[in-house]
Amino acid sequence: MKHYEVEILDAKTKDKLCFLDKVEPNATIGEIKSMFHKSHPQWYPTRQSIRLDAKGKSLKDEDVLQHLPVGTTATFYFRDLGAQISWVTVFLTEYTGPLVLYLMFYFRVPFIYASKYDFSTSKHWVVHLACMCHSFHFLKRNLETLFVHRFSHGTMPLRNIFKNCTYYWGFAAWMAYYINHPLYTPPIYGEQQIRLALILFLFCQIGNFSIHIALRNLRPPGSKTRKIPYPTKNPFTWIFVLVSCPNYTYELGSWLGFTLMTQCLPVAFFTLVGFIQMTVWAKGKHRSYLKEFRDYPPLRSPILPFIL
Amino acid sequence: MASSEEDGTVEEKENNNKRRTKSALATAWLTFYNIAMTAGWLVLAIAMMRFYIQKGTTKGLYRSIARTLKFFQTFALVEVGHCAIGIVRTSVIVTGVQVCSRIFMVWFVTNSIRQIQSEESVILFLVVWTMTEITRYSYYTFNLLHHLPYFIKWARYNLFIVLYPLGVIGELMTIYAALPFVRRSGMYSMRLPNKYNVSFDYYYCLIIVMLSYIPLFPQLFFHMLRQRRRVLHGEVIVEKDD
Repeated sequence: MKHYEVEILDAKTKDKLCFLDKVEPNATIGEIKSMFHKSHPQWYPTRQSIRLDAKGKSLKDEDVLQHLPVGTTATFYFRDLGAQISWVTVFLTEYTGPLVLYLMFYFRVPFIYASKYDFSTSKHWVVHLACMCHSFHFLKRNLETLFVHRFSHGTMPLRNIFKNCTYYWGFAAWMAYYINHPLYTPPIYGEQQIRLALILFLFCQIGNFSIHIALRNLRPPGSKTRKIPYPTKNPFTWIFVLVSCPNYTYELGSWLGFTLMTQCLPVAFFTLVGFIQMTVWAKGKHRSYLKEFRDYPPLRSPILPFIL
Repeated sequence: MASSEEDGTVEEKENNNKRRTKSALATAWLTFYNIAMTAGWLVLAIAMMRFYIQKGTTKGLYRSIARTLKFFQTFALVEVGHCAIGIVRTSVIVTGVQVCSRIFMVWFVTNSIRQIQSEESVILFLVVWTMTEITRYSYYTFNLLHHLPYFIKWARYNLFIVLYPLGVIGELMTIYAALPFVRRSGMYSMRLPNKYNVSFDYYYCLIIVMLSYIPLFPQLFFHMLRQRRRVLHGEVIVEKDD
């Protein structure tokens, strides 16, 4: 069996960083990254970007050496992706913040509102309902992160955690401040409005969860395969007929429900900003589905049936 | 086949012609726009000087030029459009931030708070803006006409060293002077309770705006300094209007 030689150069300076000889032809990029890590312990595998071209795309961990367009002496270029943090860690942190912060406002912890209101409770039952919904939502997100989601990438750049937490924690505090304020005004149309909002919210929470389960079942444990999602026996997944990313559709619906329930402008803002971001993600995902699968159902839209 | 090959090149030529007319149109519009803006700010400068020479005071100067200032400064919003459609190669966000801060200063501070219109700080930033804009728009104009006199290039990349900090001082002093009037009148503010369950205090908003100068001003200033080093020290750079 012929062995390969692998040299790894810095993508920017072209310096020779590492030379590996006697590499098996069926070695994967992942294994090469581990070997590189041994000679440069500060660059753990998840922060390595290995490419064939200094300015090209990163190779995947699963790529096999002998299937790449390289000679028996393979030259790869390395770029440091910077400190990495796992997706699970980021998600748990960014979702636990809102959970805790909202409760602090709900229980009117001192120094938020005027001291005569410390530890008092709101006289409006919709405020209690909103707290339950908000807490349920972020608890659900945490549990899904731990038990449902199967991530394609293990890690993301460290600076993302600061950006993401600022977004989630900031908005949560802004919303919670007004909903739990002693001078909060309940919805104009009273019980009707709140009931409709609650139904919408719960419907979309179940829908969102159903989609997450359906997506999880597409992917065997520990794998990173990608398949076209199709409707299952669960009626909440039938929306796959019309939409590529119904998890985002349902998420939008949940937040519209919460906006209606609380009649609070900061919540409306949060819903709007979230919608814009999710639309960007949905369009990207839709585009990659179209690129990857020739037989992708043509009726589907990225996030809103027929519209967007 | 021969005929389809010909069709192919005819199509190519048509596309090239379309592109050329589009860029000729863009250049014509930009040239007109920059000449018009240079003229506008010149008119403002002359009006300000005439007022001061005739009246001997700056009291009432702002009111006399307010309409012209509002027109030309607001019209500058089209520059964001220029970047968005790509006929000017600058970031939309940078241009957006710059134009919005000017609009904010004109419409939401100076124009709406009459008591500060006679402040000297207003005159200060008006003078700075006028000098800066005349230099900037004439630079763009001459650049588009491919006849850039060196002294205009020199002015654009040197005057800012003095004008930028002076302008910031004028703007900050104006906002600071406006604070007590904003607090007293409660303008642009919304208090609880209300049916939108939101509140907004323009007074604290202005304070946050003033604080935001601290991180933003050095970044913009050093960016201009870097541009200056590249442009004036003869390096060949891909021209990027700033």
